[in-house]
Amino acid sequence: MSGVLLNIAYIAAAVLFIFGIKMLGSAGTARRGNLISAAGMLLAVVVTLMKSGMDYQWIWIGLGVGTIIGFVWAKVVKMTGMPELVALFNGFGGIASVFVAWAEYQKYFSEGGILGIENDTFTAVVIVVATWIGALTFSGSIIAWGKLSGKIGGSPTILPNQRLIAVVLALLSIASVVAFGWMPDGPIGYGIFFAVLVAGIGLGIFGVLPIGGGDMPVVISLLNSLSGLAASAAGFAIQNNVLIVAGCLVGCSGLILTLIMCKAMNRNLANVLFSGFGSTGASAEGEEVEGEMKAASTSDAYYVLEAAQSVVIIPGYGMAVAQAQHAVKELGDLLEENGAEVFYAIHPVAGRMPGHMNVLLAEADVPYEQLVEMDSINPRMPSVDVAIVIGANDVVNPAASDDSASPIYGMPIIKANEARTVYALKRGKGAGFSGLVNKLYFLEKTRMLYGDAKETVTALVSEFKK
Amino acid sequence: MELVLLLFIFTLAAFLGFELIAKVPSQLHTPLMSGSNAISGITIVGAITATGMSDSMIAQCLGFVALVLATINVVGGYFVTDRMLAMFKKKEKAPK
Repeated sequence: MSGVLLNIAYIAAAVLFIFGIKMLGSAGTARRGNLISAAGMLLAVVVTLMKSGMDYQWIWIGLGVGTIIGFVWAKVVKMTGMPELVALFNGFGGIASVFVAWAEYQKYFSEGGILGIENDTFTAVVIVVATWIGALTFSGSIIAWGKLSGKIGGSPTILPNQRLIAVVLALLSIASVVAFGWMPDGPIGYGIFFAVLVAGIGLGIFGVLPIGGGDMPVVISLLNSLSGLAASAAGFAIQNNVLIVAGCLVGCSGLILTLIMCKAMNRNLANVLFSGFGSTGASAEGEEVEGEMKAASTSDAYYVLEAAQSVVIIPGYGMAVAQAQHAVKELGDLLEENGAEVFYAIHPVAGRMPGHMNVLLAEADVPYEQLVEMDSINPRMPSVDVAIVIGANDVVNPAASDDSASPIYGMPIIKANEARTVYALKRGKGAGFSGLVNKLYFLEKTRMLYGDAKETVTALVSEFKK
Repeated sequence: MELVLLLFIFTLAAFLGFELIAKVPSQLHTPLMSGSNAISGITIVGAITATGMSDSMIAQCLGFVALVLATINVVGGYFVTDRMLAMFKKKEKAPK
């Protein structure tokens, strides 16, 4: 296929991506949008395969192996395992861009070097930048995957000299990128290339390790953005416009999503990335909390719920861990049959991934109309009879609005504390994921239901069925 | 000239990316992220070229590794997104 036709096909693919992303942004068209973007990808792949002078043997093997692994993985994963899978795929995309840039470098290397070709310095710099961003995306995503799947502790991990090492790695990255632009060829050039690779991987590890589980939605969407930028940089390296455009679209839309997440926590990006949130002895800061947490039994809760006219369910990460979404939906239905008005209040950063709770509740068939966002439920909270908090913690912590010494002060919350009665489902008495004491639990109107969220909700359901 | 053109394309795409999803309802954040993650697997195009058109054996091997990983990213990403969106869709057809 001629170069002109190829590029026209790439333009068509880019248009399909643009429509796809656009349509992913609204509920009615989202699924079609995903298909359109997939069609764009298929088009780009097919026309690339039609380039003349291809040696197909390894291409078919590579495509076949990747397709089988990707397909099976996507089909067998449980909905609760979604965040870590997205993180892992994202890491694969990042490291793939590294290998593409590396292969391009190797090509120049074996042909006698980059210096002397047209735009030599630019080519060298984009190759090494693609490598760096890709490596950073990869290692960061792998750490995020480990945290989300519980393979490494979800709480912020602060290593000795954490900050110093991160700064050194950042400086090493900049220095070696510049050095590579200067002398990309020969053994020295290759050495610098590896230095960039190692610095990128190191920075990803040291950048994500200290970030706590509650900040994961921000990190995941930032890494998503970076994988796009890595692809875009790789596109510059191999001078391919579809890589540049598609990568850049993902990079920028991912960045917007990241900023939306940050706004939902009333923090800026730098603060999320560099503060090691919740790693300080948080309970030592902030006001002393008075009172005690009062436990209740499910039968006590039943009597209150049975009389309730309006109930708001506030899910959090605990619901995902316990896989309680189906039981929760059943409870919601029973409450509705009982004449109560039921809403599910979703905080933008509840869970470990943007929109995490929505996916889980959708899996359990909770209708759209019952899912309400924070801003629309908060004015109604004082007239709500019962708020049921299921494994959510920081997003309902009133300290965020009234305790200026609290690390989460200023973060918008769902005002569960304004409801007439609060039931909080919680695994045990300890502080939550972030290590913060939640004042909500100590209020006079709050009752704690300890235990596994799924078991507790199921017990409530059976009380209703008696 | 070629180079300037590529930068030009990049800049326009950046603005487009910022504009495209300025207002997305929060319930779609996960599918949007997962779907755009699949698009970032576009690096598969570079991987195919590196695998099929490299004279250097090492470059070909690197391309092959890239190809497998990028294909997982693309195929897995699209299917997972579709699975998520299928759950959303079901309820639209059957309102209460």
